[in-house]
Amino acid sequence: MHAPDGFLEPSVAVVTAIISLVVIGFALRQSREQLKDKAIPLAGITAAFIFAAQMFNFPVVAGTTGHLLGGALAAILLGPSVGAIIVTIVVVVQALAFADGGLTALGYNVLNMAIVPAYGGYAVFRLLRRVFPSTAGGVVGATGIAAWASVVMAAVAFSIEWLFGASAPVAFDTVFGSMVGIHVLIGIGEGIISALAVGAVLASRPDLVYGAQDLDQAQLTESKVGTRTFVIGGMLVALVFAAVVSQFAVDNPDGLEKVAEDTGFIESGEEHSLADSLFSDYATSGISNEALSLAVAGIVGTVVVLLVAFGLFSAVRETRSRDPSSV
Amino acid sequence: MGSGHSHALYVHEHSFVHRMAPQAKLVAALGMVASIAITPREAVWAFGVYAVAIVGLTLVSRIRPGFVAVRLFAVAPFVLFSLFIPFIATGETIEVLGFAVSVDGLWGTWNILVKALLGASVSILLTATTQIADIIRGLAILRVPALFISITTFMIRYLELISDELGRMRIAMTARGYDPRWISQARPIATSAGALFVRSYERGERVHAAMLARGFTGEMPTPPLESVDRRQWLRVLVLVGAFVGTATVALVIT
Repeated sequence: MHAPDGFLEPSVAVVTAIISLVVIGFALRQSREQLKDKAIPLAGITAAFIFAAQMFNFPVVAGTTGHLLGGALAAILLGPSVGAIIVTIVVVVQALAFADGGLTALGYNVLNMAIVPAYGGYAVFRLLRRVFPSTAGGVVGATGIAAWASVVMAAVAFSIEWLFGASAPVAFDTVFGSMVGIHVLIGIGEGIISALAVGAVLASRPDLVYGAQDLDQAQLTESKVGTRTFVIGGMLVALVFAAVVSQFAVDNPDGLEKVAEDTGFIESGEEHSLADSLFSDYATSGISNEALSLAVAGIVGTVVVLLVAFGLFSAVRETRSRDPSSV
Repeated sequence: MGSGHSHALYVHEHSFVHRMAPQAKLVAALGMVASIAITPREAVWAFGVYAVAIVGLTLVSRIRPGFVAVRLFAVAPFVLFSLFIPFIATGETIEVLGFAVSVDGLWGTWNILVKALLGASVSILLTATTQIADIIRGLAILRVPALFISITTFMIRYLELISDELGRMRIAMTARGYDPRWISQARPIATSAGALFVRSYERGERVHAAMLARGFTGEMPTPPLESVDRRQWLRVLVLVGAFVGTATVALVIT
Protein backbone atom coordinates (compact mmCIF):
# COMPACT_ATOMS: atom_id res chain seq x y z
CA MET A 1 0.00 0.00 0.00
CA HIS A 2 3.04 2.31 -0.07
CA ALA A 3 1.89 4.45 -2.98
CA PRO A 4 4.67 6.02 -5.08
CA ASP A 5 5.03 9.67 -6.14
CA GLY A 6 2.47 10.95 -8.61
CA PHE A 7 0.01 8.13 -8.02
CA LEU A 8 -2.74 10.57 -7.16
CA GLU A 9 -3.18 14.16 -8.35
CA PRO A 10 -1.09 16.85 -6.59
CA SER A 11 -4.26 18.44 -5.15
CA VAL A 12 -5.11 15.21 -3.31
CA ALA A 13 -1.50 14.93 -2.13
CA VAL A 14 -1.67 18.43 -0.66
CA VAL A 15 -5.10 18.04 0.96
CA THR A 16 -4.26 14.65 2.50
CA ALA A 17 -0.91 16.02 3.70
CA ILE A 18 -2.70 18.84 5.52
CA ILE A 19 -5.23 16.45 7.09
CA SER A 20 -2.44 14.09 8.16
CA LEU A 21 -0.35 16.93 9.66
CA VAL A 22 -3.30 18.21 11.70
CA VAL A 23 -4.28 14.76 12.99
CA ILE A 24 -0.69 13.80 13.81
CA GLY A 25 -0.17 17.09 15.64
CA PHE A 26 -3.26 16.26 17.68
CA ALA A 27 -2.07 12.68 18.26
CA LEU A 28 1.36 13.88 19.44
CA ARG A 29 -0.29 16.05 22.08
CA GLN A 30 -2.58 13.21 23.11
CA SER A 31 0.25 10.71 23.48
CA ARG A 32 2.29 13.16 25.52
CA GLU A 33 -0.71 13.52 27.82
CA GLN A 34 -1.28 9.76 27.94
CA LEU A 35 2.28 8.51 28.42
CA LYS A 36 3.87 11.54 30.15
CA ASP A 37 7.66 11.31 30.17
CA LYS A 38 7.48 7.65 29.21
CA ALA A 39 6.26 8.71 25.77
CA ILE A 40 9.66 8.79 24.10
CA PRO A 41 11.13 5.40 25.05
CA LEU A 42 7.81 3.53 25.11
CA ALA A 43 6.43 4.85 21.84
CA GLY A 44 9.87 4.57 20.23
CA ILE A 45 10.45 0.95 21.15
CA THR A 46 6.89 -0.13 20.40
CA ALA A 47 7.25 1.63 17.03
CA ALA A 48 10.23 -0.65 16.44
CA PHE A 49 7.89 -3.52 17.41
CA ILE A 50 5.32 -2.47 14.78
CA PHE A 51 8.11 -2.11 12.22
CA ALA A 52 9.27 -5.64 13.08
CA ALA A 53 5.67 -6.91 13.20
CA GLN A 54 5.29 -5.91 9.57
CA MET A 55 8.00 -8.50 8.89
CA PHE A 56 5.93 -11.27 10.51
CA ASN A 57 4.98 -13.27 7.47
CA PHE A 58 2.03 -15.43 8.32
CA PRO A 59 0.77 -18.25 6.13
CA VAL A 60 -2.39 -17.58 4.17
CA VAL A 61 -3.18 -20.37 1.75
CA ALA A 62 -0.99 -23.16 0.34
CA GLY A 63 2.34 -21.61 1.21
CA THR A 64 1.60 -18.01 0.25
CA THR A 65 2.15 -15.50 3.02
CA GLY A 66 0.85 -12.12 4.03
CA HIS A 67 2.14 -9.67 6.59
CA LEU A 68 0.63 -7.48 9.27
CA LEU A 69 -0.09 -3.80 8.71
CA GLY A 70 -0.54 -3.30 12.43
CA GLY A 71 -2.54 -0.07 12.60
CA ALA A 72 -5.48 -1.48 14.54
CA LEU A 73 -3.23 -3.74 16.63
CA ALA A 74 -1.12 -0.75 17.70
CA ALA A 75 -4.23 1.29 18.50
CA ILE A 76 -5.81 -1.45 20.64
CA LEU A 77 -2.57 -2.23 22.49
CA LEU A 78 -1.41 1.35 23.03
CA GLY A 79 -4.42 3.59 22.43
CA PRO A 80 -5.45 5.21 19.15
CA SER A 81 -3.23 8.29 19.36
CA VAL A 82 -0.02 6.48 20.27
CA GLY A 83 -0.95 3.84 17.70
CA ALA A 84 -1.44 6.47 14.99
CA ILE A 85 1.87 8.13 15.89
CA ILE A 86 3.96 5.01 15.78
CA VAL A 87 2.49 3.72 12.54
CA THR A 88 3.04 7.19 11.05
CA ILE A 89 6.67 7.05 12.13
CA VAL A 90 7.01 3.61 10.56
CA VAL A 91 5.53 4.91 7.28
CA VAL A 92 7.69 8.07 7.30
CA VAL A 93 10.88 6.14 8.03
CA GLN A 94 10.01 3.61 5.32
CA ALA A 95 9.73 6.50 2.86
CA LEU A 96 12.79 8.45 4.01
CA ALA A 97 15.23 5.68 4.89
CA PHE A 98 14.06 2.76 2.78
CA ALA A 99 12.68 4.56 -0.29
CA ASP A 100 9.39 2.67 0.19
CA GLY A 101 6.52 4.98 -0.76
CA GLY A 102 6.87 8.37 -2.41
CA LEU A 103 7.87 11.51 -0.54
CA THR A 104 5.04 13.52 -2.09
CA ALA A 105 2.71 10.56 -1.43
CA LEU A 106 3.36 10.72 2.33
CA GLY A 107 0.13 12.65 2.91
CA TYR A 108 -2.13 9.91 1.64
CA ASN A 109 0.12 7.06 2.71
CA VAL A 110 0.06 8.28 6.33
CA LEU A 111 -3.69 8.89 6.14
CA ASN A 112 -4.46 5.45 4.67
CA MET A 113 -1.97 3.32 6.54
CA ALA A 114 -1.72 5.05 9.93
CA ILE A 115 -4.56 7.44 10.71
CA VAL A 116 -7.55 5.61 9.22
CA PRO A 117 -6.57 2.13 10.53
CA ALA A 118 -5.59 3.39 13.99
CA TYR A 119 -8.53 5.71 14.71
CA GLY A 120 -11.08 3.92 12.53
CA GLY A 121 -10.03 0.48 13.78
CA TYR A 122 -10.11 1.69 17.37
CA ALA A 123 -13.60 3.13 16.87
CA VAL A 124 -14.87 -0.21 15.57
CA PHE A 125 -13.18 -1.89 18.54
CA ARG A 126 -14.85 0.49 21.02
CA LEU A 127 -18.27 0.08 19.42
CA LEU A 128 -17.95 -3.70 19.46
CA ARG A 129 -16.80 -3.69 23.07
CA ARG A 130 -20.14 -2.18 24.00
CA VAL A 131 -21.94 -5.11 22.42
CA PHE A 132 -19.54 -7.92 23.31
CA PRO A 133 -19.25 -9.26 26.87
CA SER A 134 -16.63 -7.59 29.07
CA THR A 135 -14.33 -10.57 29.08
CA ALA A 136 -11.00 -11.46 27.50
CA GLY A 137 -12.96 -13.27 24.80
CA GLY A 138 -14.96 -10.15 24.06
CA VAL A 139 -11.77 -8.09 23.71
CA VAL A 140 -10.17 -10.68 21.42
CA GLY A 141 -13.27 -10.92 19.24
CA ALA A 142 -13.60 -7.16 18.99
CA THR A 143 -9.90 -6.91 18.08
CA GLY A 144 -10.27 -9.40 15.27
CA ILE A 145 -13.21 -7.65 13.67
CA ALA A 146 -11.69 -4.19 14.22
CA ALA A 147 -8.38 -5.20 12.63
CA TRP A 148 -10.20 -6.67 9.64
CA ALA A 149 -12.30 -3.53 9.36
CA SER A 150 -9.21 -1.30 9.60
CA VAL A 151 -7.73 -2.88 6.47
CA VAL A 152 -11.02 -2.56 4.61
CA MET A 153 -11.31 1.08 5.72
CA ALA A 154 -7.81 1.80 4.45
CA ALA A 155 -8.84 0.41 1.06
CA VAL A 156 -12.02 2.49 1.11
CA ALA A 157 -10.01 5.61 1.95
CA PHE A 158 -7.67 4.90 -0.93
CA SER A 159 -10.55 4.37 -3.38
CA ILE A 160 -12.18 7.60 -2.33
CA GLU A 161 -8.92 9.49 -2.81
CA TRP A 162 -8.78 7.90 -6.25
CA LEU A 163 -12.29 9.24 -6.90
CA PHE A 164 -11.00 12.77 -6.26
CA GLY A 165 -7.51 12.53 -7.68
CA ALA A 166 -7.30 9.67 -10.16
CA SER A 167 -4.18 9.80 -12.29
CA ALA A 168 -5.83 7.60 -14.91
CA PRO A 169 -9.43 7.28 -16.10
CA VAL A 170 -10.26 4.01 -14.43
CA ALA A 171 -13.91 3.93 -13.44
CA PHE A 172 -14.39 4.42 -9.75
CA ASP A 173 -16.39 1.25 -9.28
CA THR A 174 -13.58 -0.81 -10.83
CA VAL A 175 -11.00 0.61 -8.42
CA PHE A 176 -13.39 0.51 -5.50
CA GLY A 177 -14.52 -3.03 -6.23
CA SER A 178 -11.05 -4.44 -6.69
CA MET A 179 -9.34 -2.50 -3.87
CA VAL A 180 -12.03 -3.18 -1.30
CA GLY A 181 -12.61 -6.71 -2.58
CA ILE A 182 -8.95 -7.69 -2.28
CA HIS A 183 -8.62 -6.07 1.13
CA VAL A 184 -11.75 -7.77 2.47
CA LEU A 185 -9.72 -10.96 1.94
CA ILE A 186 -6.34 -9.58 3.10
CA GLY A 187 -8.04 -8.21 6.20
CA ILE A 188 -9.02 -11.70 7.36
CA GLY A 189 -5.38 -12.55 8.03
CA GLU A 190 -4.84 -9.20 9.73
CA GLY A 191 -7.89 -9.81 11.91
CA ILE A 192 -6.91 -13.34 12.96
CA ILE A 193 -3.28 -12.44 13.73
CA SER A 194 -4.18 -9.23 15.61
CA ALA A 195 -6.84 -11.00 17.67
CA LEU A 196 -4.52 -13.87 18.63
CA ALA A 197 -1.69 -11.44 19.40
CA VAL A 198 -3.92 -9.39 21.72
CA GLY A 199 -5.09 -12.66 23.28
CA ALA A 200 -1.46 -13.59 23.97
CA VAL A 201 -0.75 -10.21 25.58
CA LEU A 202 -3.94 -10.50 27.67
CA ALA A 203 -2.76 -13.89 28.92
CA SER A 204 0.57 -12.59 30.21
CA ARG A 205 0.27 -8.84 30.83
CA PRO A 206 -3.42 -7.84 30.60
CA ASP A 207 -2.55 -4.44 32.05
CA LEU A 208 -0.63 -3.57 28.86
CA VAL A 209 -3.68 -3.79 26.61
CA TYR A 210 -5.00 -0.23 26.41
CA GLY A 211 -8.31 -1.35 24.93
CA ALA A 212 -8.96 -3.77 27.83
CA GLN A 213 -8.13 -1.54 30.75
CA ASP A 214 -11.72 -1.41 31.91
CA LEU A 215 -11.85 -5.19 32.31
CA ASP A 216 -10.70 -5.67 35.89
CA GLN A 217 -11.94 -2.29 37.06
CA ALA A 218 -15.49 -1.79 38.21
CA GLN A 219 -17.67 -0.85 35.29
CA LEU A 220 -18.39 2.83 35.16
CA THR A 221 -22.10 2.98 34.62
CA GLU A 222 -22.56 6.53 33.54
CA SER A 223 -25.78 7.35 31.80
CA LYS A 224 -24.73 8.11 28.26
CA VAL A 225 -28.02 7.41 26.54
CA GLY A 226 -28.31 11.01 25.45
CA THR A 227 -24.95 11.05 23.73
CA ARG A 228 -25.44 7.62 22.27
CA THR A 229 -28.83 8.44 20.79
CA PHE A 230 -27.35 11.61 19.37
CA VAL A 231 -24.41 9.80 17.80
CA ILE A 232 -26.51 6.99 16.32
CA GLY A 233 -29.08 9.47 15.05
CA GLY A 234 -26.33 11.59 13.53
CA MET A 235 -24.84 8.59 11.81
CA LEU A 236 -28.18 7.59 10.33
CA VAL A 237 -28.79 11.10 9.05
CA ALA A 238 -25.29 11.23 7.54
CA LEU A 239 -25.81 7.86 5.87
CA VAL A 240 -29.10 8.86 4.29
CA PHE A 241 -27.56 12.18 3.27
CA ALA A 242 -24.60 10.49 1.63
CA ALA A 243 -26.82 8.07 -0.26
CA VAL A 244 -29.12 10.83 -1.51
CA VAL A 245 -26.28 13.17 -2.47
CA SER A 246 -24.46 10.50 -4.38
CA GLN A 247 -27.63 9.69 -6.29
CA PHE A 248 -27.77 13.29 -7.46
CA ALA A 249 -24.07 13.44 -8.11
CA VAL A 250 -24.52 10.79 -10.77
CA ASP A 251 -26.48 13.22 -12.93
CA ASN A 252 -23.50 15.54 -12.84
CA PRO A 253 -20.53 13.30 -13.53
CA ASP A 254 -16.98 14.45 -12.98
CA GLY A 255 -14.80 15.92 -15.69
CA LEU A 256 -13.40 12.74 -17.12
CA GLU A 257 -16.70 10.95 -17.32
CA LYS A 258 -18.32 14.03 -18.81
CA VAL A 259 -15.70 14.26 -21.52
CA ALA A 260 -16.12 10.59 -22.22
CA GLU A 261 -19.86 11.03 -22.48
CA ASP A 262 -19.80 14.22 -24.51
CA THR A 263 -17.37 12.89 -27.05
CA GLY A 264 -19.25 9.64 -27.21
CA PHE A 265 -16.47 7.36 -26.08
CA ILE A 266 -18.01 4.21 -24.80
CA GLU A 267 -16.22 1.20 -23.52
CA SER A 268 -16.10 -1.39 -26.24
CA GLY A 269 -17.71 -4.69 -25.39
CA GLU A 270 -14.37 -6.39 -25.80
CA GLU A 271 -12.67 -4.16 -23.29
CA HIS A 272 -15.47 -4.64 -20.86
CA SER A 273 -15.31 -8.39 -21.00
CA LEU A 274 -11.56 -8.25 -20.40
CA ALA A 275 -12.05 -5.98 -17.42
CA ASP A 276 -14.67 -8.33 -16.10
CA SER A 277 -12.47 -11.34 -16.44
CA LEU A 278 -9.53 -9.61 -14.75
CA PHE A 279 -11.43 -8.39 -11.76
CA SER A 280 -14.51 -10.52 -11.57
CA ASP A 281 -13.10 -12.47 -8.64
CA TYR A 282 -12.67 -9.34 -6.62
CA ALA A 283 -15.41 -6.98 -7.67
CA THR A 284 -18.25 -6.65 -5.26
CA SER A 285 -20.98 -8.60 -6.96
CA GLY A 286 -24.04 -6.63 -7.87
CA ILE A 287 -22.24 -3.28 -8.07
CA SER A 288 -22.28 -2.86 -11.79
CA ASN A 289 -24.66 0.05 -11.72
CA GLU A 290 -22.72 3.28 -11.42
CA ALA A 291 -25.38 5.09 -9.41
CA LEU A 292 -25.49 2.26 -6.94
CA SER A 293 -21.71 2.05 -6.64
CA LEU A 294 -21.41 5.78 -6.02
CA ALA A 295 -24.13 5.54 -3.39
CA VAL A 296 -22.29 2.65 -1.76
CA ALA A 297 -19.08 4.67 -1.91
CA GLY A 298 -20.80 7.66 -0.37
CA ILE A 299 -22.16 5.56 2.47
CA VAL A 300 -18.96 3.66 3.26
CA GLY A 301 -16.91 6.84 2.90
CA THR A 302 -19.15 8.56 5.42
CA VAL A 303 -18.93 5.58 7.74
CA VAL A 304 -15.12 5.65 7.58
CA VAL A 305 -14.98 9.39 8.27
CA LEU A 306 -17.43 9.05 11.17
CA LEU A 307 -15.47 6.15 12.62
CA VAL A 308 -12.19 8.05 12.41
CA ALA A 309 -13.90 11.02 14.06
CA PHE A 310 -15.28 8.72 16.75
CA GLY A 311 -11.77 7.31 17.27
CA LEU A 312 -10.37 10.82 17.70
CA PHE A 313 -13.20 11.63 20.10
CA SER A 314 -12.56 8.47 22.16
CA ALA A 315 -8.88 9.32 22.28
CA VAL A 316 -9.62 12.68 23.87
CA ARG A 317 -12.23 11.38 26.28
CA GLU A 318 -10.22 8.39 27.43
CA THR A 319 -7.03 10.35 27.93
CA ARG A 320 -8.91 12.88 30.04
CA SER A 321 -10.67 10.26 32.13
CA ARG A 322 -7.68 8.00 32.71
CA ASP A 323 -5.72 7.89 35.89
CA PRO A 324 -2.32 9.27 34.85
CA SER A 325 -0.46 6.84 37.09
CA SER A 326 -1.96 3.78 35.41
CA VAL A 327 0.47 3.81 32.48
CA MET B 1 6.26 -4.53 0.52
CA GLY B 2 7.14 -4.32 4.13
CA SER B 3 9.65 -7.13 4.14
CA GLY B 4 13.42 -6.87 4.18
CA HIS B 5 13.29 -3.60 6.01
CA SER B 6 15.82 -4.17 8.70
CA HIS B 7 18.73 -2.65 6.81
CA ALA B 8 18.75 0.81 5.36
CA LEU B 9 19.94 1.41 1.83
CA TYR B 10 22.94 3.51 2.80
CA VAL B 11 26.00 3.02 0.59
CA HIS B 12 29.29 4.02 2.15
CA GLU B 13 31.11 6.28 -0.29
CA HIS B 14 32.93 9.59 -0.34
CA SER B 15 31.31 12.13 -2.60
CA PHE B 16 30.17 15.70 -2.18
CA VAL B 17 26.60 14.45 -2.19
CA HIS B 18 27.41 12.21 0.79
CA ARG B 19 29.03 15.14 2.56
CA MET B 20 26.15 17.54 2.01
CA ALA B 21 24.13 18.54 5.06
CA PRO B 22 21.11 16.26 5.52
CA GLN B 23 18.64 19.13 5.75
CA ALA B 24 19.87 20.44 2.40
CA LYS B 25 19.48 17.00 0.84
CA LEU B 26 15.99 16.59 2.29
CA VAL B 27 14.88 19.93 0.86
CA ALA B 28 16.46 19.07 -2.48
CA ALA B 29 14.81 15.64 -2.63
CA LEU B 30 11.41 17.02 -1.71
CA GLY B 31 11.72 19.82 -4.29
CA MET B 32 12.73 17.34 -6.96
CA VAL B 33 9.90 14.83 -6.35
CA ALA B 34 7.34 17.61 -6.02
CA SER B 35 8.41 18.99 -9.42
CA ILE B 36 8.20 15.52 -10.93
CA ALA B 37 4.75 14.97 -9.41
CA ILE B 38 3.23 18.19 -10.79
CA THR B 39 4.68 17.84 -14.30
CA PRO B 40 1.89 17.09 -16.80
CA ARG B 41 2.20 13.63 -18.29
CA GLU B 42 2.16 14.92 -21.89
CA ALA B 43 5.47 16.75 -21.34
CA VAL B 44 7.56 13.67 -22.15
CA TRP B 45 10.68 15.79 -22.70
CA ALA B 46 10.52 17.12 -19.13
CA PHE B 47 10.74 13.61 -17.73
CA GLY B 48 13.77 13.10 -19.98
CA VAL B 49 15.38 16.16 -18.37
CA TYR B 50 14.65 14.80 -14.88
CA ALA B 51 15.99 11.38 -15.78
CA VAL B 52 19.24 12.85 -17.11
CA ALA B 53 19.64 14.98 -13.99
CA ILE B 54 18.99 12.01 -11.68
CA VAL B 55 21.42 9.76 -13.56
CA GLY B 56 24.00 12.57 -13.36
CA LEU B 57 23.44 12.90 -9.61
CA THR B 58 23.77 9.14 -9.20
CA LEU B 59 27.10 9.19 -10.98
CA VAL B 60 28.55 12.11 -8.99
CA SER B 61 27.35 10.37 -5.80
CA ARG B 62 29.39 7.33 -6.87
CA ILE B 63 26.35 5.11 -6.53
CA ARG B 64 26.21 2.30 -9.08
CA PRO B 65 23.18 2.78 -11.36
CA GLY B 66 22.52 -0.95 -11.00
CA PHE B 67 22.04 -0.44 -7.25
CA VAL B 68 19.33 2.14 -7.90
CA ALA B 69 17.72 -0.06 -10.58
CA VAL B 70 17.46 -3.05 -8.22
CA ARG B 71 15.96 -0.94 -5.44
CA LEU B 72 13.35 0.38 -7.85
CA PHE B 73 11.55 -2.96 -7.48
CA ALA B 74 9.98 -1.52 -4.33
CA VAL B 75 7.42 0.22 -6.54
CA ALA B 76 6.64 -3.01 -8.42
CA PRO B 77 3.06 -3.51 -7.09
CA PHE B 78 2.02 -0.10 -8.34
CA VAL B 79 3.80 -0.58 -11.64
CA LEU B 80 1.88 -3.82 -11.98
CA PHE B 81 -1.38 -1.99 -11.29
CA SER B 82 -0.48 0.71 -13.82
CA LEU B 83 0.03 -1.95 -16.50
CA PHE B 84 -3.61 -3.03 -16.09
CA ILE B 85 -4.91 0.50 -16.53
CA PRO B 86 -5.09 0.58 -20.35
CA PHE B 87 -7.36 -2.46 -20.28
CA ILE B 88 -9.73 -1.29 -17.58
CA ALA B 89 -9.74 2.45 -18.27
CA THR B 90 -12.52 4.21 -20.10
CA GLY B 91 -12.26 6.49 -23.11
CA GLU B 92 -11.17 6.26 -26.74
CA THR B 93 -9.49 2.98 -27.54
CA ILE B 94 -6.84 1.95 -30.00
CA GLU B 95 -5.84 -1.51 -31.12
CA VAL B 96 -2.47 -2.77 -29.83
CA LEU B 97 -1.49 -6.35 -30.65
CA GLY B 98 -5.12 -7.25 -31.07
CA PHE B 99 -6.25 -5.79 -27.73
CA ALA B 100 -8.47 -2.75 -27.49
CA VAL B 101 -6.68 -0.45 -25.04
CA SER B 102 -7.71 2.95 -23.79
CA VAL B 103 -5.62 5.88 -25.03
CA ASP B 104 -6.20 7.79 -21.81
CA GLY B 105 -5.33 4.62 -19.95
CA LEU B 106 -2.00 4.32 -21.76
CA TRP B 107 -1.25 7.90 -20.70
CA GLY B 108 -2.22 6.91 -17.18
CA THR B 109 0.21 4.00 -17.25
CA TRP B 110 2.97 6.26 -18.51
CA ASN B 111 2.14 8.86 -15.88
CA ILE B 112 2.30 6.42 -12.96
CA LEU B 113 5.31 4.53 -14.32
CA VAL B 114 7.49 7.56 -14.99
CA LYS B 115 6.59 9.48 -11.83
CA ALA B 116 6.85 6.43 -9.56
CA LEU B 117 10.22 5.42 -11.01
CA LEU B 118 11.74 8.92 -11.03
CA GLY B 119 10.37 9.73 -7.57
CA ALA B 120 11.63 6.45 -6.14
CA SER B 121 15.06 7.04 -7.74
CA VAL B 122 15.31 10.37 -5.91
CA SER B 123 14.33 8.68 -2.63
CA ILE B 124 16.83 5.88 -3.21
CA LEU B 125 19.55 8.41 -3.94
CA LEU B 126 18.71 10.28 -0.73
CA THR B 127 18.82 7.12 1.38
CA ALA B 128 21.94 5.80 -0.35
CA THR B 129 23.90 8.95 0.43
CA THR B 130 22.50 9.79 3.89
CA GLN B 131 22.57 7.70 7.05
CA ILE B 132 19.28 7.29 8.89
CA ALA B 133 20.52 9.17 11.93
CA ASP B 134 21.50 12.08 9.68
CA ILE B 135 18.10 12.07 7.97
CA ILE B 136 16.45 12.33 11.39
CA ARG B 137 18.84 15.12 12.36
CA GLY B 138 17.98 16.90 9.13
CA LEU B 139 14.28 16.62 9.98
CA ALA B 140 14.97 18.11 13.41
CA ILE B 141 16.82 21.04 11.87
CA LEU B 142 13.87 21.51 9.51
CA ARG B 143 11.70 22.07 12.63
CA VAL B 144 9.82 18.76 12.74
CA PRO B 145 8.33 18.58 16.30
CA ALA B 146 10.86 17.38 18.87
CA LEU B 147 8.60 14.64 20.27
CA PHE B 148 8.20 13.12 16.81
CA ILE B 149 11.97 13.27 16.29
CA SER B 150 12.73 11.71 19.68
CA ILE B 151 10.30 8.81 19.17
CA THR B 152 11.68 8.23 15.67
CA THR B 153 15.25 8.23 16.98
CA PHE B 154 14.31 5.60 19.56
CA MET B 155 12.60 3.51 16.94
CA ILE B 156 15.69 3.54 14.72
CA ARG B 157 17.93 2.78 17.68
CA TYR B 158 15.93 -0.29 18.74
CA LEU B 159 14.83 -1.49 15.32
CA GLU B 160 17.70 -3.90 14.74
CA LEU B 161 17.39 -5.26 18.26
CA ILE B 162 13.65 -5.92 18.03
CA SER B 163 13.92 -7.44 14.55
CA ASP B 164 16.72 -9.68 15.80
CA GLU B 165 14.44 -10.83 18.59
CA LEU B 166 11.83 -11.59 15.98
CA GLY B 167 14.45 -13.50 13.98
CA ARG B 168 15.41 -15.57 17.03
CA MET B 169 11.75 -16.45 17.62
CA ARG B 170 11.44 -17.59 14.03
CA ILE B 171 14.59 -19.71 14.32
CA ALA B 172 13.31 -21.27 17.54
CA MET B 173 9.99 -22.12 15.89
CA THR B 174 11.65 -23.54 12.79
CA ALA B 175 14.04 -25.60 14.92
CA ARG B 176 10.98 -27.20 16.51
CA GLY B 177 9.57 -28.16 13.15
CA TYR B 178 7.09 -25.32 12.60
CA ASP B 179 6.44 -24.90 8.89
CA PRO B 180 2.96 -23.41 8.50
CA ARG B 181 1.18 -23.42 5.17
CA TRP B 182 -2.38 -22.42 6.07
CA ILE B 183 -3.83 -19.55 8.03
CA SER B 184 -5.28 -22.04 10.52
CA GLN B 185 -1.69 -22.82 11.56
CA ALA B 186 -0.87 -19.18 12.25
CA ARG B 187 -1.50 -19.16 15.99
CA PRO B 188 2.20 -19.54 17.01
CA ILE B 189 3.09 -16.56 14.77
CA ALA B 190 0.40 -14.45 16.38
CA THR B 191 1.27 -15.43 19.94
CA SER B 192 4.92 -14.68 19.29
CA ALA B 193 3.83 -11.26 18.00
CA GLY B 194 2.06 -10.81 21.34
CA ALA B 195 5.13 -11.99 23.22
CA LEU B 196 7.34 -9.64 21.23
CA PHE B 197 5.01 -6.76 22.10
CA VAL B 198 5.25 -7.56 25.81
CA ARG B 199 9.04 -7.77 25.55
CA SER B 200 9.21 -4.47 23.64
CA TYR B 201 6.93 -2.72 26.11
CA GLU B 202 8.84 -4.00 29.11
CA ARG B 203 12.09 -2.98 27.45
CA GLY B 204 10.58 0.46 26.98
CA GLU B 205 9.81 0.63 30.71
CA ARG B 206 13.33 -0.54 31.62
CA VAL B 207 14.90 1.99 29.28
CA HIS B 208 12.69 4.68 30.78
CA ALA B 209 13.80 3.74 34.29
CA ALA B 210 17.43 3.82 33.16
CA MET B 211 16.89 7.23 31.60
CA LEU B 212 15.32 8.56 34.81
CA ALA B 213 18.31 7.24 36.74
CA ARG B 214 20.54 9.29 34.43
CA GLY B 215 18.60 12.48 34.97
CA PHE B 216 15.96 12.37 32.21
CA THR B 217 13.42 15.15 32.68
CA GLY B 218 10.99 14.36 29.88
CA GLU B 219 12.82 16.15 27.10
CA MET B 220 15.67 14.74 25.07
CA PRO B 221 18.78 16.88 25.14
CA THR B 222 19.16 18.52 21.74
CA PRO B 223 22.65 18.74 20.30
CA PRO B 224 23.55 22.16 18.91
CA LEU B 225 22.38 22.44 15.33
CA GLU B 226 25.26 23.19 13.03
CA SER B 227 24.73 25.79 10.37
CA VAL B 228 25.13 24.91 6.74
CA ASP B 229 27.68 26.23 4.36
CA ARG B 230 26.00 28.73 2.08
CA ARG B 231 27.45 27.10 -1.02
CA GLN B 232 25.50 23.93 -0.21
CA TRP B 233 22.23 25.80 -0.16
CA LEU B 234 23.26 27.42 -3.44
CA ARG B 235 23.71 23.97 -4.99
CA VAL B 236 20.30 22.91 -3.66
CA LEU B 237 18.80 26.09 -5.05
CA VAL B 238 20.29 25.47 -8.48
CA LEU B 239 19.16 21.84 -8.54
CA VAL B 240 15.65 22.42 -7.24
CA GLY B 241 15.41 25.55 -9.41
CA ALA B 242 16.20 23.47 -12.49
CA PHE B 243 13.51 20.94 -11.56
CA VAL B 244 10.90 23.53 -10.68
CA GLY B 245 11.80 25.48 -13.84
CA THR B 246 11.35 22.40 -16.00
CA ALA B 247 8.01 21.66 -14.34
CA THR B 248 6.87 25.26 -14.83
CA VAL B 249 7.81 25.28 -18.51
CA ALA B 250 6.07 21.93 -18.94
CA LEU B 251 2.94 23.24 -17.21
CA VAL B 252 2.90 26.38 -19.35
CA ILE B 253 3.44 24.83 -22.77
CA THR B 254 1.19 21.79 -22.40
